[in-house]
Amino acid sequence: MPKYRVLPGPEAFLPPSAACAGVVLPDPGQALIHGDIVHEDIAMDEAAKQFLMAKVPTIFPGPLVLWNWNEKAAKKATAIKALYDELKSHNPGALLIPMPDYRPKYPKINPEVEINPNHPNLTIWHNKIDVCMFVGVHCHQANLSLKIIRGGTNCYTVAMCAQAGHEDAMLTFRDATPEKIWKFTEAVRKAKASGVYASPSGVAVSKA
Amino acid sequence: MEANSVIGTINKKGQKIVDPEYLFFEAPRQQHFMTGSEVVREAIRRASVDISVAYPITPQSEAAAMVGDLYVEGYVGDYFRGESEFAVMSQCAGASFGGARVFTTTSGPGTLRAYENFPMWAGSRLPILINVMVRGINSPLNIQPDTLELGMILDTGMLIWHAETAQELLDYLLKGYIVAEEPDVHLPIAIVIDGFFVSHTKDMVMIPSADIALPPYNPYRSPVPCMDMEVPPVRMMRDPFVMKSNYISYATHASWQQEIRAAIERSRKHTIRLIGGLIEEENSDAEILIVSSGTAVAQGREAIRLLAEEGIRVGIVKVKTLRPFPHEEIRQATKNAKLIFVPEFNVVGWMAREIKAVIPDNHRVIDGPHVAGGMTMPPEVIVEEIKKVLAGKKEVVHG
Repeated sequence: MPKYRVLPGPEAFLPPSAACAGVVLPDPGQALIHGDIVHEDIAMDEAAKQFLMAKVPTIFPGPLVLWNWNEKAAKKATAIKALYDELKSHNPGALLIPMPDYRPKYPKINPEVEINPNHPNLTIWHNKIDVCMFVGVHCHQANLSLKIIRGGTNCYTVAMCAQAGHEDAMLTFRDATPEKIWKFTEAVRKAKASGVYASPSGVAVSKA
Repeated sequence: MEANSVIGTINKKGQKIVDPEYLFFEAPRQQHFMTGSEVVREAIRRASVDISVAYPITPQSEAAAMVGDLYVEGYVGDYFRGESEFAVMSQCAGASFGGARVFTTTSGPGTLRAYENFPMWAGSRLPILINVMVRGINSPLNIQPDTLELGMILDTGMLIWHAETAQELLDYLLKGYIVAEEPDVHLPIAIVIDGFFVSHTKDMVMIPSADIALPPYNPYRSPVPCMDMEVPPVRMMRDPFVMKSNYISYATHASWQQEIRAAIERSRKHTIRLIGGLIEEENSDAEILIVSSGTAVAQGREAIRLLAEEGIRVGIVKVKTLRPFPHEEIRQATKNAKLIFVPEFNVVGWMAREIKAVIPDNHRVIDGPHVAGGMTMPPEVIVEEIKKVLAGKKEVVHG
């Protein structure tokens, strides 16, 4: 059996969970790209490249950073806003779409206003998002969303996880702190300054 | 919010909170001669348990009562008796939803009465630790040792570790909390022992000092929102997600169930490190192997000794965790075997089914010997079974 790779979809009606397909989470200092363990710095550069090459790079912040519930959350939120500003200055089409909670939304969710973990594909389709990053989303909900995205869309997913990481993202970091988000922002800034990645035109149809 | 931030502090009982690695691998231990039930008491004394809910059913009643003593002594935060096993497991869920470290026990028919709650625990990602002291499922009434109920909980979404000895019981109870509460795992865990054979017999056990304890559970590392109605995030209940009949509803429900199984797989990494692998092997290069779990392994070891006296070389593979099931480890350990015997304390042979499902050429698996209904399994029964098969005869069920 060839090794399972976590690649952009659409993969299947119901893709397997990568953990059950043999993908193992990274240890501290490591990250995953397509299910392969790499040094975290390599993943930083790759994630920066994916964001800068994207037509609609999007950050999905979850309740763990949207709610000002402790000092660390506030620091993370500040770092994420700086990352978004960095992306926006490169590509006006960059989006910041919040996931404030996970409650069912009736009669229907509005994917322009927020992302719901049970319907992440709607937000991706509606905004033509081709690269996104989850941050501050509880791990279980993140894994559900990342798998549904892989199943039904062609979006490249990045997970900036405060715990052990997410196999169901194409690229995942672990043990995310405010400092690590700032480090990633710096990686984006350096990659942008290299001039290798031209600014895409952006095709966003909505703004956060 | 770091889990380790309390290490080195003293709890209300005067115990020093220590790093789990220290408690498991470095702390000095003293030898004690104890029953399995007493071992449960000593494990929970060191486990920083917030709440335990109890209900009497043999053979776990004694251990549950001893945990009550710990409450009186101040080692357990809260303790009460439920109205039934179903109520107990529901009350455990409520406590865990609220962020408590929870301990409970059950046995036999009580396990079945509680059954509906186990998949709910797993689906809700509640890291409750339950000590299952297996006994017969009523036929029509039976309190004797039997592992049939263990086969019935395999696919509830719980982690399941099957201890052979009182020493493993102590270590698994403590290590189980640490694995179950890892954010990438965060599932309920059943630490299983064979009732009476372990719960009511005395054994030598090495136990660390009672003045140290595990760090308390940190509910804010949960992969789902902890149900704190005062502190965001999240000042919300875990509402059920969309219950409509449409594609995305199906995808969400299916993904949710997949995620539970994924979390079981993630536990391998932590479990292998803490309990030294998912299986143990002894002479597994032999052409005849015994593969089993729990006290069937102990009987198998003695059978190996008896067979060796007759010049028949037999090896053994001990399965320590049933969930995660050690597929690859068993495939590797049995690759050279021509005959694989699976002694079990039940009539159905669920362990043999599990093994047959994961190895090539599974005609090699001999489903037995079996004992059931409380019958002990003298090593001679295993010896007899192996000799019968070698002579071309069939298995019988004893009991």
